[in-house]
Amino acid sequence: MSLLELKNVSKIYGNLHALDHINLKVEKGEWLAIMGPSGSGKSTTMNIIGALDKASEGEVLLDGVDIAKKSARELTNIRRDKIGLIFQQFHLVSYLTAVENVMLAQYYHSVPDEKEAMEALERVGLADRAKHYPSQLSGGEQQRVCVARALINYPEIILADEPTGNLDEANEEIVVELFRKLHEEGTTLVVVTHNPEVAEVAQRTVVLRNGKIDHESINENFTGRIKHITLQ
Amino acid sequence: MFIRMIAKAFIRQWKKMTMIAFTIALGASLATAMLSVMMDVEDKVNQELKAYGANITVVPKEASVVNELYDVGEENVSGSYLSEDELGKIKTIFWAFNIVDYTPFLNVEAKLNDGSPVTVSGTWFNHHMKLPTGEELDAGIASLRSWWEIKDGNWIDEQGKDKKDVAMIGRALAEEEGIGVGDKIRLAGNRNSKQLTVAGIYDAGGEEDDQIFVTLDTAQALGGLEGKVDSIEVSALTTPDNDLARKAAKDPGSLSVAQYETWYCTAYVSSICYQIEEVITDSVASPVRQVADSEGQILEKMKLLMILITFLAMIGAALGISNLVTASVMERSQEIGLMKAIGAHNPAITGLVITEILCTALIGGLIGFFAGQGFAQVIGHTVFGSAISMRPMVIPLVAVLVTVVTLIGCIPAVRMLLNLRPTEVLHGR
Ligand SMILES: Nc1ncnc2c1ncn2[C@@H]1O[C@H](COP(=O)(O)OP(=O)(O)OP(=O)(O)O)[C@@H](O)[C@H]1O
Ligand SMILES: [Mg+2]
Repeated sequence: MSLLELKNVSKIYGNLHALDHINLKVEKGEWLAIMGPSGSGKSTTMNIIGALDKASEGEVLLDGVDIAKKSARELTNIRRDKIGLIFQQFHLVSYLTAVENVMLAQYYHSVPDEKEAMEALERVGLADRAKHYPSQLSGGEQQRVCVARALINYPEIILADEPTGNLDEANEEIVVELFRKLHEEGTTLVVVTHNPEVAEVAQRTVVLRNGKIDHESINENFTGRIKHITLQ
Repeated sequence: MFIRMIAKAFIRQWKKMTMIAFTIALGASLATAMLSVMMDVEDKVNQELKAYGANITVVPKEASVVNELYDVGEENVSGSYLSEDELGKIKTIFWAFNIVDYTPFLNVEAKLNDGSPVTVSGTWFNHHMKLPTGEELDAGIASLRSWWEIKDGNWIDEQGKDKKDVAMIGRALAEEEGIGVGDKIRLAGNRNSKQLTVAGIYDAGGEEDDQIFVTLDTAQALGGLEGKVDSIEVSALTTPDNDLARKAAKDPGSLSVAQYETWYCTAYVSSICYQIEEVITDSVASPVRQVADSEGQILEKMKLLMILITFLAMIGAALGISNLVTASVMERSQEIGLMKAIGAHNPAITGLVITEILCTALIGGLIGFFAGQGFAQVIGHTVFGSAISMRPMVIPLVAVLVTVVTLIGCIPAVRMLLNLRPTEVLHGR
């Protein structure tokens, strides 16, 4: 059984089919990239997978459970327990430090644990920035805090919507490298991106167009690394 | 974590929070001031009105009929009297506690040394009584004639060593007759004559300036009217009249049992009168109309005004708070959307926001409460010329008002917060 399966999923706004009968499977441990032009329905797909929004039609099976029919309350629980979200605009709480931002996810999940939160920051290489506020961090560092926050509760799947959209190349590489590490550790990743370089490093790429899947490609020589750089 | 978040959110939003606290402080101070004044004002006004003297007079039944028919004023033409023995009973009625002071009067005609006629009023000055209940108290005219100015000498001290053979003389009479303090005067009454020492000269600013006031015993001896009094003046704290009181005043018999009970057990001037009539044989007790009526009206109007001010202050505060809190939530919509996205349930976020605002309200409310106390004193001094005493009841009342108003003020923000969908704020469209 796939970890995630979309069956004939549509999202309809008025008479606009933002998603039009999408069928998609994501296996456990897979690293999937979603590409497509602006307005093609990438974010809409993410919202539906991420239990932030409900599909108008079709089934969304996460772990074999159809989340398309769940109540708002149950969706919140699913987000909390199974999903790690990363956004283009980071969305850190500005008056909390890096480590507190990570702890916030723990707080709403169960109990905040500063030690564990520090370990998560260490994994993204930000242990020394733990007490800094978002405004004192660079964009790349902020996004790494977001990665730490997304993985703190051991989600089944990490969803990233344009995670590198606001980053320069160097920071983009750092974030991609983090994804590679997470992938190696067995985390399931779905990454929406405009950037072919970020898409190329995934195992598989799905391209959306007008709310439909236009085509799919498998990365034959998958390494998880951006080609033109060498990280040690 | 919760506390840490609240504390940090506070510091971050201190400007807005200060504004909210200020708004609440403003509302709370007004509410505190108005409630304090309102609760204290009833007694204040009563004290104020007590300065105008008695609000109930008691006369014999026949005298009351004659008075009504012929309006003869002071003179006792009916020849009927009340009994001095029963005076103590006034302090045993249901509303005895509300009887602030009272004194009997007995007016007799007498002649001075030079033969000029004068009205001599016998009364109590600081009369000491042992009540049937075992209580002891002093009663007398002093508090019922608080506007008298003692020009010379002193009030008569019934308990002092000068004992009974003393008199107080009105300013006009004293000037006319050339009498001063310490002088001896001889009064010839219908039955007896007496030599009295002048203890004081008063200025009453009215017809009493032509009279002589003596102890009740002296007047009784002069007129040969031992044990008798003409009238009693009573100063009582009363509740303003309402429809029930007016209906009862016309005829207590027209009330249902329950109404009667309510009326009897409320300190309406009519029920106090009724209770006095119950203990003083063949008496008619009636409110001194003008004062008793205007008293109730002024009080009711003032209370209404204060309730209105409090109400408006609270509405104003609620509107102010709702604007500020909504603005604050709007400003934080991304943060709130994020919290929802990472698994915060609505109650958790609502709780966070409301706790923040309630903490702010607590601070604002405390500041407002103390400011309001000061405010109440200012009102007390400018309007009533006395301090307003703090009623403990004001604290819970203001606390409840502030809480309710704050919560009402939070409603629009909370609704917005509940309807906020993370997808709408997180993708930065
Ligand atoms: N709440 C909404 N109401 C109406 N239409 C919407 C709503 N959200 C998205 N859409 C429409 O659905 C379509 C898909 O939007 P979506 O955000 O998924 O695109 P996207 O692929 O993420 O684009 P981008 O690359 O610009 O982020 C767009 O045409 C968009 O205008
Ligand atoms: Mg998008």
